Amino acid sequence: MGRGLRAAFRALLRKPVRVRYLTEAGEMVPVPERYRGKITYDKGACIGCLLCIRTCPSGAISTTEEKKVEFSVFKCTFCGQCAEICPKKAVKLGSDFELVVYEKEGMVVR
Amino acid sequence: MTGETRELEYDYSRLVVPFGPVHPALKEPVHFKVFVKKEEVVDVGLRLGHVHRGIEALAETRNLVQAMYLVERVCGICSHSHTTCFVGALEEIGRIQPSERALYLRTLVFELERLHSHLLWLGIMAYEIGFDTLFMFAFNTREAVLDLFEEITGNRVHHSMNVIGGVRWDLDGRMVEKVGRSMSKVREAAQRIREIFQDKTVEERLSGVGLLDRGAAQELCTVGPTARGSGLKTDVRKEDPYAAYGALEGSFSIVTRTEGDAYARTEVRIFEIFETINMINEILARLPGGSIRPGETIIRSMNRVPQGEAVSRVEAPRGELLYYVRTDGKGGLRRLKVRTPTLANIVGLRQMLIGGEVADIPVVVASIDPCLSCTNRITVIDLDKGGAGEPLRRRRRKWPH
Ligand code: SF4
Ligand code: SF4
Repeated sequence: MGRGLRAAFRALLRKPVRVRYLTEAGEMVPVPERYRGKITYDKGACIGCLLCIRTCPSGAISTTEEKKVEFSVFKCTFCGQCAEICPKKAVKLGSDFELVVYEKEGMVVR
Repeated sequence: MTGETRELEYDYSRLVVPFGPVHPALKEPVHFKVFVKKEEVVDVGLRLGHVHRGIEALAETRNLVQAMYLVERVCGICSHSHTTCFVGALEEIGRIQPSERALYLRTLVFELERLHSHLLWLGIMAYEIGFDTLFMFAFNTREAVLDLFEEITGNRVHHSMNVIGGVRWDLDGRMVEKVGRSMSKVREAAQRIREIFQDKTVEERLSGVGLLDRGAAQELCTVGPTARGSGLKTDVRKEDPYAAYGALEGSFSIVTRTEGDAYARTEVRIFEIFETINMINEILARLPGGSIRPGETIIRSMNRVPQGEAVSRVEAPRGELLYYVRTDGKGGLRRLKVRTPTLANIVGLRQMLIGGEVADIPVVVASIDPCLSCTNRITVIDLDKGGAGEPLRRRRRKWPH
């Protein structure tokens, strides 16, 4: 009984266990360096070799008219294969994991 | 209303209680048709197939690189076991030998996965016996392991660790230290969980429930902790060492219990947690140097896999996982066959449930640590070509398409 009460009081005084989550716009919960989040694409560096399309397991990448590629984040499984195979390092998996949008357009990376 | 009462006579010898596919006590879709006599279970029928995904067929339409990510998604808990098994078969076909360091890293993630799977299972078991505080505690402990995954591989569930001929992510000194520190924390927490599970109440709830004797366990080909809880000394890591288990043979032992009840299976898993932590520390201490993957692109590695076939086995957290792979020599797959551990263990459930009570069903089902979406299979019967049995022909007439 005494032990339980003591534990309860100690828990009252302790700082909350929860992690503060996005209270201000643009603020992010920190993620590790290798975290695989939403894709970032450097169109200028891309040479249109299409190796990324050949190895993407979920068919999230498609070609565009100007011989570049675009990524549908909805289909992406965040495996990181495209970032690994790209010879020009034009694709990276960023730290953004907030994938809720009002417009579907926002989830196409070009 | 007339004042008349009528006595109804029921034949209690064969009442059927449907259990699932949507049931508050079972989290995954499986249907049990339980025949009861009062509270006693007389017979059990099992029906699977509610979440069949067709991964084997899908893999045949992909190239090897894509298939690697696909097989990883067979299971959300033992994803690394699946890729290790698959890549083991590919490396056997292509006669590719990964470097020592790569094998050790593969083993490290493999054991971390066993650790988090067993902790998750202990939480589920605690929940099934009505001890939600312990459930939370076990899941909190597991969180530390998931954070390690996130740090090492970039994803908590689907690690994408394996590539043909190596692994993708390396560990630097800082991370080695971090894994070591986490392990001592997890060990402390696991000790506490063990103490709670050794309490009299838990023991009384679980012992004598879901009995599966040694003979039946062998006959029904059960695998993993389910078999080891019934006294079978079986472990692929010892019998057919893959990755770095051959070199690590001395640093772990097979935990067995002879009672064959739910409590024995719990004990096996608890002691395996400690074995696993020891092994992880051993791996960290002995991690060899060198490169972790071949210095060529993954497409070149893929094209080096010729036409051929191989069977590969690994000891997933739930037991032996088996892959049969046949490649077509052009970077694709001709056939993939997956035998997941639950598919082997689930047949033992009938034996375990018969003679028990209805209230024990959730505990017994949970005690084999079922992973049901890995287990779903379908049978395709071509009625026009014949060969189907008479009962199926009748069913077709009943439900025309
Ligand atoms: S991360 Fe994987 S799934 Fe997503 S676009 Fe790249 S290759 Fe495709
Ligand atoms: S692999 Fe890189 S360079 Fe090639 S098409 Fe894809 S993004 Fe462009």
